This record gives sequence, C-alpha cells and structure tokens, in this order.
Amino acid sequence: MTSPGDSGEREQWPLWEVFIRSSRGLSHVHAGSLHAPDETMAVRNARDLYTRRAEGVSIWVVRASAITASDPDAKGAFFESPQGKEYRHATYYTESDTVPHL
Amino acid sequence: MADPLRQLHAAHELDDDPDGSGQRRFDELIATDSRIEPSDWMPAAYRKTLVRQISQHANSEIIGMQPEGNWITRAPSLKRKAILMAKVQDEAGHGLYLYSAAQTLGTDRDTMFENLITGKAKYSSIFNYTTPTWADMGSIGWLVDGAAICNQVPLCRASYGPYGRAMVRICKEESFHQRQGFEILLELMRGTPAQQQMAQESVNRWYAPALMMFGPPDADSPNSQQSMAWKIKRFSNDELRQRFVDMLVPQAEILGVTLPDPDLKWNEERGHYDFGELDWAEFTEVLAGRGPANAIRVSRRRTAHENGEWVRAAARAYADKQSADGQSADRQTNQAPAHEWMAS
Ligand SMILES: [Fe+2]
Ligand SMILES: [Fe+2]
Repeated sequence: MTSPGDSGEREQWPLWEVFIRSSRGLSHVHAGSLHAPDETMAVRNARDLYTRRAEGVSIWVVRASAITASDPDAKGAFFESPQGKEYRHATYYTESDTVPHL
Repeated sequence: MADPLRQLHAAHELDDDPDGSGQRRFDELIATDSRIEPSDWMPAAYRKTLVRQISQHANSEIIGMQPEGNWITRAPSLKRKAILMAKVQDEAGHGLYLYSAAQTLGTDRDTMFENLITGKAKYSSIFNYTTPTWADMGSIGWLVDGAAICNQVPLCRASYGPYGRAMVRICKEESFHQRQGFEILLELMRGTPAQQQMAQESVNRWYAPALMMFGPPDADSPNSQQSMAWKIKRFSNDELRQRFVDMLVPQAEILGVTLPDPDLKWNEERGHYDFGELDWAEFTEVLAGRGPANAIRVSRRRTAHENGEWVRAAARAYADKQSADGQSADRQTNQAPAHEWMAS
C-alpha cells in the first residue's frame, strides 16, 4: 500500500512525501507532500515550499509510491498486542510510588 | 471526464461497508472529536464535500495571487515589493498544501488544475474584484486575509486530518499577511489628504465583499448544517461574520478609516455590533461569473498553465532519461546514509 494521494503514472509529475529536521538533535518529521519530476527537484521544491521561514536544517524526500504502510482495514488486530500489557509502563508499579528517586 | 481513481473510490464504498461497521466507526470518531485519516472508511458524501471544499479553497489561494501580483512591479519601494512577493509566494504555497490535502481523497492535482482552468471548479468570489490603487494591497491584507484568518482558524480543527494539518500551516503564515496590509493603510492614513482618500476609497470597495467571504446567511446555506455535523465547519457563516465585524471596528478606529455601513453600531444588549444587510444579489452575480474580473482571472491562469507546459514536459523527460540511464546515484542530491535512518 502506498501513500494516500499517489496517483501512479496518471499525473505528469509523481508525488513525493517531505520530511524536515527542524533543528539539530531532532528527528526528521513528515511535513507534507509535493509534486516534482525527480528527487533533485523534489528537494528544491521542498525547500521553497516547507522552509520559507527557516523551519528546517535538513530535508528528506521519498516517492509516495515507495512507501509501505500497515493495512488500514486490519487496524484493530494489527495493533492488539500492547492491549492488556500495562506492565510495560512505569505507572503500573504503584507500590513504589512513595519511594524517592525510583 | 473519466477518472479511474475516483471510480475506484466510488466502487470501493458501495461494497465496502455491507455490515455498516465502517459507518459506525466513522460516527464514533466524529462523536469523540477524533480525526478521520485518508485510509479510513468515510461516507461518499463526506468525501465529496471535502474534495469540493478543499479544492475550491486551493483554487482561491492560486487565483488569489493575481490581484496582488498586479502590483508587484509597481510597489512604492523595494521593501514593499519584497514583502508583496513574499506574501504572494505564501499564497502559492497555501494552494499547494491544500491540493495535497485534497489529493489524499482520491482526486489528483492535475485533475483539479484542469477543472480550474476549464471553469468547472469554483474559487472565492472575492478575487474577482479589481485592484486599481496601491491602497488595495492594504485593504486585501487587512480585510481579505483578515476574513480568511477568521474562517481558517476553526478549520485547523476540521475532522479530516490532512485538511486540519494544512490549515495549521497556513494559519501560521497568515498573520503576517494581515499585519502588512494594515500597515500599508496606516501609512497612507498618516500621509497627505490624497493618500488618506485613496485608503478610504479602497476600504469602501473591499469592506462588503470581504464580509461576503463567509458565505450566504445561515438561512440560505443548507449545506452548512451537514458540514457542522461532520465537524468540518465549527461555526456558522453568520457567527463568523459577526466575529469578524466585532474585530474590525476597533481596528478601523486605529486606522482612522470609516467602515462604509450606516447601520453599523454597537448593540449593548447583544454585546455585538449590528450591521446592515449585504447585497447578496451582487454576491450571486459575481459567483455566477459576472464579476468585474472573472474572465481575466481564469484566462490568465489558463495561459500561465499552458505556457508552463514545455517546462513540465522537459523536466519529466529529463527525469525519465536520467533514471533510464541509471545515473541517479551521481545526482547532486545525496542519499540519506543508512546510519542516519537508524538513528531516528
Ligand atoms: Fe492564503
Ligand atoms: Fe494570505
């Protein structure tokens, strides 16, 4: 399954998803998408479209058609595993609530 | 026009929710104020309403570049010219964010472009008015962008995720638009009597059309109810219009301009300003294509699009040739190194 909006070869230019690192030390985060003929132009368009006010120090682009996503229809079952496993969170352990530095 | 993608979606919906579980999930997400995302099941009418609204909105941003683009070469100073270019560039960006949001619903941008230049798709009727003086750059920023902000801030919470996210980005950029317009008018109002008159006449031209940007009165806006139930729209046309007028009056006092409405006065009981009836016949006329600049707006857009065709085709041909040659590794752009991916 590819990114929503990818129209395959129907459009003149393919769709790209854009990820921006807003400053050093942070991850690249999805900013949006754009159309461009190739990866070089996609990076340049991304700079003009998503960093006009110094929003980024680094840009990734990836063809929307290259993205693999989890199956939207299998939502419940696919993400079921953490259900009922509250013991994976620190908040599960209440006996130690009042113990300092724990 | 045959649109395989859209047909796919339509067919998808018919047999995709035989037991009504999609509808139940959708209703639950709306009721709990959650968001609908592109891959979720949604009613066909919800999808259709969104495609219409978001693409009209995108078209408005794109056509909206023209009344101001008109003044870039004649801006009174280099500073004003730079500001105006930055604003017009922002509007192009807004159009692109919104086309992307609409595209997630299964209608691609090339189709939306085509619908705009063939006159099939609508855009905000405000951009069919003309900009005869420099003061109109002030009035557009203050009144038109001002009304747009009023409309757009609640849309940041629209139930369709990609639309809301596009609006958040847009709203961040809009406040500069309104302020630069206000300051253009302020500077004129501090100037010579001729400059003051230019500012006042421009406000006279734009005030009522800006109020009409919120759409017809609630009683004549049958689709509003459904949009509000779907939480696309959060406030009615009349509520937003009232909010806008209440904000404008004190701002007009600071500018020293008169808002051209003899019925405009404070209503102690309501805690709002009362204002006069708007000319909805004019609104209907402009929307129907008989405004001062409808024909030129669409024909300019079509010409620009057609003149750009060789550039788009050449860029595509170059990209195809490069990938056929297998040279993409030599390109100027760097592949992200594997360790960078792993780190995040
Ligand atoms: Fe805008
Ligand atoms: Fe704007």
